[in-house]
Amino acid sequence: MHGISFDIAHMLAGFLVLLSFLMLYQVRLLPLLHVLAAHAFVLALSVAWQAYIQHAPHLYITAAIALVFKAIIVPVALRRMVFRMGIHREIETVVSIGLTMLAGMALVALSLEVMLPLTAKAEPVVREDIALALSVVLIGLLMMVTRRNAVSQVVGFMSLENGINLAATGAQGMPLVVEISVAFSVLIAFIVIGIFLFRIRERFDTVDIGVLDEFRGGQR
Amino acid sequence: MIEAAAYCVAALLALAALGVGVARYGPGRSTIYAASALVCVALMWIGIASLGADAARMKLPLGLPWIGVNFRLDALAAAFLALVGLGGASASVYAIGYGRHESEPGRVVPFVPAFLAGMTLVVLADDAFAFLFAWELMSLSSWALVMAHHREEGNAHAAYVYLIMAVFSGLTLLLAFGLLAGPQGSSPGGFTFAAFRASPLPPATVAIVFVLAMIGTGSKAGLVPLHVWLPLAHPAAPSHVSALMSGVMTKVAIYGFIRIVFDLLGTPSWWSAVVVLVVGGVTSVMGVLYALMEHDLKRLLAYHTVENIGIIFIGLGLAMAFWANGLAAGAALALTAALFHVFNHSVFKSLLFFGSGAVLTATGERDMEHLGGLIHRMPKTAFAFLVGCVAISALPPLNGFVSEWLTFQAIVLHPDLPQWGLKVAIPADGALLALSAALAAACFVKAFGVSFLGRPRTTQAAQAREVDAFSLASMFTLAAICLLAGVLPGAVIDALAPVTQALVGAHMPTQMDRAWLSIVPIAEARSSYDGLLIFFFIAVSAWATALAVHRFASHRLRRGPAWDCGFPDPSPATQYTAGSFAQPIRRVFGTVVFGSRETVTMPPPGDTAPARIEKHIHDPAWETFYAPVAAAVGGTADWMNVLQFLTIRRYLAFVFVALIMLLLVLALWQ
Repeated sequence: MHGISFDIAHMLAGFLVLLSFLMLYQVRLLPLLHVLAAHAFVLALSVAWQAYIQHAPHLYITAAIALVFKAIIVPVALRRMVFRMGIHREIETVVSIGLTMLAGMALVALSLEVMLPLTAKAEPVVREDIALALSVVLIGLLMMVTRRNAVSQVVGFMSLENGINLAATGAQGMPLVVEISVAFSVLIAFIVIGIFLFRIRERFDTVDIGVLDEFRGGQR
Repeated sequence: MIEAAAYCVAALLALAALGVGVARYGPGRSTIYAASALVCVALMWIGIASLGADAARMKLPLGLPWIGVNFRLDALAAAFLALVGLGGASASVYAIGYGRHESEPGRVVPFVPAFLAGMTLVVLADDAFAFLFAWELMSLSSWALVMAHHREEGNAHAAYVYLIMAVFSGLTLLLAFGLLAGPQGSSPGGFTFAAFRASPLPPATVAIVFVLAMIGTGSKAGLVPLHVWLPLAHPAAPSHVSALMSGVMTKVAIYGFIRIVFDLLGTPSWWSAVVVLVVGGVTSVMGVLYALMEHDLKRLLAYHTVENIGIIFIGLGLAMAFWANGLAAGAALALTAALFHVFNHSVFKSLLFFGSGAVLTATGERDMEHLGGLIHRMPKTAFAFLVGCVAISALPPLNGFVSEWLTFQAIVLHPDLPQWGLKVAIPADGALLALSAALAAACFVKAFGVSFLGRPRTTQAAQAREVDAFSLASMFTLAAICLLAGVLPGAVIDALAPVTQALVGAHMPTQMDRAWLSIVPIAEARSSYDGLLIFFFIAVSAWATALAVHRFASHRLRRGPAWDCGFPDPSPATQYTAGSFAQPIRRVFGTVVFGSRETVTMPPPGDTAPARIEKHIHDPAWETFYAPVAAAVGGTADWMNVLQFLTIRRYLAFVFVALIMLLLVLALWQ
């Protein structure tokens, strides 16, 4: 089983990292949502592959959850939100794409540097998967830090969660209940954030976080 | 026996739970207090009965699974169990009457049995977990009682300071037990006291554990400079709780000190005795000086608790000094003196707090400057309070004298000690002890004289009524115990013999079989004391003097103006006040210790404005130790306050950077 199954698992995880970089690069909202959907789709594939090579049928359920919720429902809902708010043509001013990409590379290097020695005793499949999953998490966090638009922060959060899921499924023996509860918490977080987005826009006519901070200015 | 004690604790906890429901109803309150008094009497009886018995153990399958809850009833625990029982029983009986005037019974009644249960559990605990749990139960339930009247000014602040000090004390004890457990702490049973006794520690660890135990138990007991919560919290609580906190809880803290330092750490080194002696001496004098400056009756009593804790610690320090040098007889004498004073202080401080509670019930006043003349309106309370004042002032034939005299007997043994540090510290402590005893007497002349003698200064004092029978019964029982322990000290000393035998391996010679019930601490040739004889001498000479005055004085009647005591003005405000009484002593000590200043502002000639005298007093302990800490915490909090108003992205960036930093550390550290 070591040969090809191994490589496919790594290829899928690496693809996930690549899509994370694509998210960092993408400054327009709608294409960003497309990348998010692709990200979740690759995650679902990766989880399904893990289910196959670990002979763990419950992981197929996780894969299905990822596919239905993360790859379809959440991006579609976000897309509708973006249209209803009329911000589908907006282009975000990010810190600087080049700089962000460099930082993302540094993060991938860091997570490899941290994880590979730490997991020296673990199985090779798990080792690299976890290292790549950590880089996905870190890039998601980086995206949340560098973006100003609340929608793209939600996207960053979703990709971060995908990284956690990747790590969780890579480790053998993770009970299904953990994954289901993670999926549900993310769903609830998504609903809450969505409601807040609308409430914020009603009040302030924008979902730009920088503008929100100005409203709070008096207390600084 | 120990099973019976455990059942008593369970009964107290059940009463606490029951108290939540029935506190609203008067009969329910009385029933709770009466039941807890019965349970406390049972505890006292268990304690006295198991003083001479072998140590009993018990393990309950509660708490942490690999430790359980271990109880042990040895001689030391039995002595303090009897003390908790006595204090709890008298406070509960007092509360049957005093609690009728309680404005918020729901905040008081449930916590009193819980507080008693906590103190009993501390005494019974035989592993670090049970001890700390009981310690925190004791702290938290007493905190709730301090907070009972939270709307009154200053009480919330008092409770806050108390809570901080209680947390601090719990933390230091936690660290002390952690160090005592050492590496074998993770093994099953590693945190039992038996394991602590069995494993020897390196000297440096012993020193740290000693200092931590001293801070942890000392901040609960009220050692200077850790005493700041005590004069705030004790007066804030209802009076029967003040009596419990001052009379019993501080003693439970001393139990913790004895348990850790004498029992768990084993033979001390001589320098630790010097530390205890110095802190004890400073505490005793500072406590009484604070008390002299104070005109609030309950705060004054709380400061006297600080003083007496100092005296007890002097006794403990002497015991450590003799024990460290292998002088078992001297150690037994000093430890007996300390334990005797623990008992005495518990009795008369409860009595005095009950008396101040009675005054508070009758007049609504705690400030002595608003009292006066109460001896005519509350003669029974006045008598009981006077007995307490005489006892705490260490006057024969009452009990306070005996324990301080025994401490002095231990002090005069100091030439036997080889170390120069002890040779210097012990005589200095003797001088401090003598000074504090004298100042305490002066302070109680002030407390009794200004509150009970003279003429009432306010209408509240003029309209005071004697308090109810339960309160009086409780006070008179304690007054009788003061007298009994004073005239029959041998009985108490003999009862304490198993405790000192177990701790320092020796006990004082048996006293009760001596002729005329006198006590001889070392040898007949050196010193002896006979309380009974002195009692009879005082009684007979007073009777004879009274007889002589009334029988042999002139019977011719002369009528003249009543002596006006030097204040011809009819206003009671012209009487000698507490402030006037304290002023000479404040002049002597206050300028140095408290930085006190008096400024007199005279109006210019022709101006009708009143002249003003202003008095400024600084609290050295607060300003030296607490104000800098408070300022540092406040400054840091102000500085950190910026963090409350950052943008969402900055918060995320903080999380992100923190995560990256930790990962970097991990990467570099490997």
